[in-house]
Amino acid sequence: MDQPVFIAGLGVISAIGNTVAQNLLSLEQEKTGIAPIRYLDTEHRDEFPVGEVKLSNDELAELSGFKPGISRTAMLNLIAVREALTDAGIANLAALRTGFVSANTVGGMDKTEDFFRDFLSDNAKGRLRDVVNHECGAVTNLVADQLGIRHYVSTISTACSSSANAIMYGARLIKNHMLDVVIAGGTDALTRFTLNGFNTLMILDKQPCQPFDANRRGLNLGEGAGYVVLVSERIAASLKKELYCTLSGYHNANDAYHQTASSPEGTGSLLAMEGALKRSGLQPANIGYINLHGTGTQNNDSSEGAAISKLFAGHNPKMSSTKAFTGHTLGASGGIEAVFSALAVQRGLVYPNLRFETPIEGFSFTPETRFSSQPAIKHVLSNSFGFGGNCSSLIFSKL
Amino acid sequence: MYIRAASNISPQNTFGNQPFLQELAEYTGDRLSCIEPDYKALIDPKLIRRMSRIIKMGVAAGMDCLKQAGIQIPDAIITGTAYGCLEDTNTFLSKMVQQNEEALAPTAFIQSTHNTISAQIALLLQCHQYNNTFVNGGASFENALLDAMMLLYEGEASNVLVGGIDEVTANSHAILKRMGLYRSQPVSNFELFNAPGKGTMAGEGSAFFILSKEASGADWAKIDSVSSFYKPRNTAEIKQQISIFLQSQNTNIHEIDLVITGNNGDLKNDAVYGQLQQYDFAGVPAINYKALCGEYPTSSAFAMWLAAHEIKNGTCSFVSESEEIPLKKVLIYNHYQMIHHSLILLSAC
Repeated sequence: MDQPVFIAGLGVISAIGNTVAQNLLSLEQEKTGIAPIRYLDTEHRDEFPVGEVKLSNDELAELSGFKPGISRTAMLNLIAVREALTDAGIANLAALRTGFVSANTVGGMDKTEDFFRDFLSDNAKGRLRDVVNHECGAVTNLVADQLGIRHYVSTISTACSSSANAIMYGARLIKNHMLDVVIAGGTDALTRFTLNGFNTLMILDKQPCQPFDANRRGLNLGEGAGYVVLVSERIAASLKKELYCTLSGYHNANDAYHQTASSPEGTGSLLAMEGALKRSGLQPANIGYINLHGTGTQNNDSSEGAAISKLFAGHNPKMSSTKAFTGHTLGASGGIEAVFSALAVQRGLVYPNLRFETPIEGFSFTPETRFSSQPAIKHVLSNSFGFGGNCSSLIFSKL
Repeated sequence: MYIRAASNISPQNTFGNQPFLQELAEYTGDRLSCIEPDYKALIDPKLIRRMSRIIKMGVAAGMDCLKQAGIQIPDAIITGTAYGCLEDTNTFLSKMVQQNEEALAPTAFIQSTHNTISAQIALLLQCHQYNNTFVNGGASFENALLDAMMLLYEGEASNVLVGGIDEVTANSHAILKRMGLYRSQPVSNFELFNAPGKGTMAGEGSAFFILSKEASGADWAKIDSVSSFYKPRNTAEIKQQISIFLQSQNTNIHEIDLVITGNNGDLKNDAVYGQLQQYDFAGVPAINYKALCGEYPTSSAFAMWLAAHEIKNGTCSFVSESEEIPLKKVLIYNHYQMIHHSLILLSAC
């Protein structure tokens, strides 16, 4: 049953670009997407920099083809999925068993927030069309309907590891011969709900974040969507295009330490990375680049770093967090970083960990600070860890 | 694969050591609410204080299920919930709007994430294993079940804790009522099907199961298969899905001893069940379950508990005596708002 799963298409929209090509160019030019808040309607506008997609809701509606007024989460979702599908170029998608496994953490919350302003003063008030897509699953359905995908539609929400789990679940549906093609990843728009939520936890950086720096102050929230098109070996063989890589390993574990904090020793992170290595049949020394979860919070980076120090002791691969470019895109982060990782392994690229200055004491490694070409890279590890102790790691391998 | 244990907190007396649906609870209006147990026996009282209602219901049913099965640490914890922790979401969202984004407390935000229940169970058990949460509307529980069955099939797990949980809150009820989901005139759940009309009654629940790869000798039932399908174009397509599903399990409708359908008392919603009962399911004893638990996106977890219980008991207690035959195979067919449709097949051990 352990047939390989290939990645045939990529799609991404984030603070550093509306397409895969734009994102890659920003990574190469070391151009961050973190900036003062421009689009999100919030009281904290001047307080926290964020990684916004640089388009208004009206512009996103036009780009996506959705009618204005739909959740920003759904518009970002459709744009990235459409790019991934076009990229994969699967001609007879409708004749195949095609699934859409999508992740998000707050669904249509951006519209629910508008609804609640009126609803709270009088529960007969508020436009119902603003709350009808509140559910996470409703956002997935909106996009599935635009694409005409009906064979299998699913939605996963495990906080910041959501889309890594969506990719893992999608791969397993193919390995278990239930589907031929799965579009998997995640989407999340910035909302007042999440910005204020993270603010109450006091883990937002008031400056552009510095992941894995000794003087890191917290995270910047971001938004976007990232999707990969997973295909079975049979479909892969039928495609006339160059495939990106295989998804050779994945693992889901739980830190079981605290609802929002990671264990000091990174128990869950270590289990996730070890499990993914085991599945892919690789040793730590085989990993050429790690796309870190690296949020920039004291807690995440010390916990993830402790697990990496232990697992990779003696042969540290190159590593970086791309959240200094995109911000932490929550339910989308695993999907966006899967796209970056697939490109990294296919083209032999290592992305810089922007704004890194001072190494954290006690770690045997420091993140990469410059963009570089590393043709020898054969395997890339991507980490996604979240609230609720949910830890997932994916491994992308060169063809 | 086997259902080794099941635990169900619902609007009926289903939790703990109670006789099977002997005294049915009547609700008049448009809403059925869970009968909550004394949580102190199941969860540390210090933790209970912080948990919202859905977290308590989820954690309690999950922990009780593990206790029944005699399993300390499952190999995976998987939940399905369409709406997640609505009360916490509502608390944080309301305060945020009312207080103009100032002076907010973190607790409700922390607990509002959809994976809170599976995470809390993992935390209480110190369970570092696979942990996942599906938030896929009316197929949330079915997706969780499929994930669990795949893990067992892949050899990644021997015992999986899987559950479906959703709650009704004052605000979610008010909003869904405005959308026309519920009856405008009060009705008794006992009379829901005697007076079909527009709308149904709101429901909620928390049902958990231990699925095991190997038989324990004391299993409730076997779970053969689960399938969900999305927005079928017409009844013919639904019929085709049912037929393919049964074929894939090397069976057909004539071998099914009981069909459990998701009728909810709304004429439009129930039309498809009526058509199936008239033709495809004709001659097969059939019952429905939403008069017991109300309508909610993960109600199929209640239906699976009901089916497993009936199989464990040997005969169906809700059909006429003449139809009382030993239950070997039970099919559940449900849809939520005509969006996600699902099929679950259980059989006797």
